[in-house]
Amino acid sequence: MPNMQMNKVPMPEACPAERRRNFEEVARGYTAEDAVLEAQRCLNCKNKPCVSGCPVQVRIPEFIARVAEGKFEEAYTIIRGTNALPAVCGRVCPQENQCEGKCVRGIKGESVAIGRLERFCADYHMANMAEQKKMEPADDALRVAVIGSGPAGLSCAGELAARGYRVTVFEAFHIPGGVLVYGIPEFRLPKAIVQAEIDNLKAMGVEICQDMVVGRTVTVDELFDEGFAAVFIGTGAGLPGFLGIPGENSCGVYSANEYLTRVNLMKAYREDYSTPVLKAKRVAVVGGGNVAMDAARCAMRMGADEVSIVYRRSEAEMPARKEEIHHAKEEGIIFRILTNPVSIAADERGFVTAMICDVMELGDPDASGRRRPMPTGEQITLPVDAVIVAVGTSPNPLIRMTTPGLDTDRRGCILAPDGVSTSREGVFAGGDAVTGAATVILAMGAGRDAAEKIDTYCKNKFGLN
Amino acid sequence: MFKIVEKYALNATTDYLSVYAPRIAAKALPGQFIIFRLHERGERVPLTIAGYDRDAGTVSVIFQKVGRSTMELGACSVGDEILDFVGPLGTPSHLDGYRRVAVIGGGLGCAIAYPQAKYLHEHGAQVDIIAGFRTQDLIILEKEMAACADTLTVLTDDGSNGSRGLVTDGLKAKVEAGADYDLVIAIGPPVMMKFVCLLTREYGIKTVVSMNPIMIDGTGMCGGCRVTVGGETKFACVDGPDFDGHAVDFDELIRRNRMYQTQEQEARDEHCNLFKMADNAQK
Repeated sequence: MPNMQMNKVPMPEACPAERRRNFEEVARGYTAEDAVLEAQRCLNCKNKPCVSGCPVQVRIPEFIARVAEGKFEEAYTIIRGTNALPAVCGRVCPQENQCEGKCVRGIKGESVAIGRLERFCADYHMANMAEQKKMEPADDALRVAVIGSGPAGLSCAGELAARGYRVTVFEAFHIPGGVLVYGIPEFRLPKAIVQAEIDNLKAMGVEICQDMVVGRTVTVDELFDEGFAAVFIGTGAGLPGFLGIPGENSCGVYSANEYLTRVNLMKAYREDYSTPVLKAKRVAVVGGGNVAMDAARCAMRMGADEVSIVYRRSEAEMPARKEEIHHAKEEGIIFRILTNPVSIAADERGFVTAMICDVMELGDPDASGRRRPMPTGEQITLPVDAVIVAVGTSPNPLIRMTTPGLDTDRRGCILAPDGVSTSREGVFAGGDAVTGAATVILAMGAGRDAAEKIDTYCKNKFGLN
Repeated sequence: MFKIVEKYALNATTDYLSVYAPRIAAKALPGQFIIFRLHERGERVPLTIAGYDRDAGTVSVIFQKVGRSTMELGACSVGDEILDFVGPLGTPSHLDGYRRVAVIGGGLGCAIAYPQAKYLHEHGAQVDIIAGFRTQDLIILEKEMAACADTLTVLTDDGSNGSRGLVTDGLKAKVEAGADYDLVIAIGPPVMMKFVCLLTREYGIKTVVSMNPIMIDGTGMCGGCRVTVGGETKFACVDGPDFDGHAVDFDELIRRNRMYQTQEQEARDEHCNLFKMADNAQK
């Protein structure tokens, strides 16, 4: 008999008043009892609407049934069959728009907490797994280069290694993980989790080369010269956009990428690291997406007295996950909606003192289907000593600048008509580098699709593996 | 890990360091830079490439021990390893097709100007180097610069080497004596580059400057290195570091480079105290 409780088993969370000043994980995870109880809410529908909502088609009712029986490791194996990074996805996927958005239980009451259960299984596995045996690809295995160690690259590398290829991942930064380590903060995705997933890949025989900027240290064509049979480009969308308003180059105006990288990757929040970052007291974060929420919550944890989200539309149009908005509000982040920055003022030393904004109202729907914000004529001045700009990113130009014959669109996204095959033979791409900024799970799905296409390509061309 | 294969002092505060980094050595060109991170808790610090030996697989940098990270690097010895060494970053300088060039270096900027002068000289251009230093004790690379220039003028702010003057004085003298440059390259402190550019604008001589802003990744992902050039925001790490000196907003660059001055001072003081403690302990 299913558990007919209308609501999800609540997720234990750190208390807002405390957590807003530390970097420990906010959502603490289900206990085994919580997980079994929640799993019993699943009706095990025949037509599995949840699976159709998952970009990598995790066999959701199947794994949940195992959780309900207390067979957690079996549940993990089912998830892992189609999802390379379950501990990550269980934490950062926008489940409400995907699997959980399709859940029948959500029609009346709350959907089954699929994401929380996925995370529970992954964490259970990590805590209880036996040391993994190191695997090595065969001596005559074909070599594949994966550029970028974010979600797309990691899932592509894992899938290729499982198919017997000798995979080398090239990462420009000194730590692998891409946006999982430089962008998403510790309190939302502990870096030890990412590291465990990367260690997993290494145990599968994947080699990871840090400090390698493809396009500078080595080009895509040189990788072929070095003997790689195929190349996967999973370099994401790392080029930050700015507002283009006067005063934006003042000291104290950061791109969210820079601010988050300083705090997360370079650990500016820890006394024992040398990374400098301004310890701002009044911070405005411009934007309404998950990255804006992450930046605002980091600024609060770095000791700010007041942090506000400044967004030109209303809360209904915010692209951030509901849960992130909720967490940010709990931590005391102020939401200044219908507020559009027009200029930034600075003192004589060039440091930010204020942001001047138009007060907006919503007009008719625009091309995105959302109601277009229009200035009311009224302006407000926000006194601030730091501004963090989180208005989106686009793909980095280094690879397209140095790879002749690689077609891109006008936004710089790599053209891949089938999702992963590019205009260059043997060159595949996926994730944000193709789609523009999107989600972790979509990038992972693309990485996996690309691995399959690379496998087919190599078998046709080289006949072995 | 990247092994230090050669290291010596150029003066009391400036060191030369050569690192075994064959992939970078194979591709480096004048005007490009590397980013190093000495140890797990270190900063990422950009340094312009001062030279490279493709056969030996080495890349050299010249740096001033002014902050915590460069002081730590300065305390390393031959055989020590640097945790991260990334490059070559940035767009190489465009140095082909020039007939007569004035290469101006200010202080440590000479370390960056020198490979450019060398490249121009080797490719048939007539090269005058004008190098400026605060005082005689800080002069670096004098022999090396002399070897790749048709004329070398070394000036000091205090006249301690016998030639008192600013690099702008040196350039003015050359131009007024009839030097018909088709390019001036100016590399040094932003304020020096600013005044060289003001002068060359009067003369109508194309001037290229090399930016040294604060950055993290050096690949275009942080935007910390943004510079206003001709009213447009550029990223020094991918669009530069070389830019048309007549279009650069130097005042903004100077302000942005001072962004962490207070923290840098604190880190330096703390670090100096650590060194002092170690010294005292030895005594």
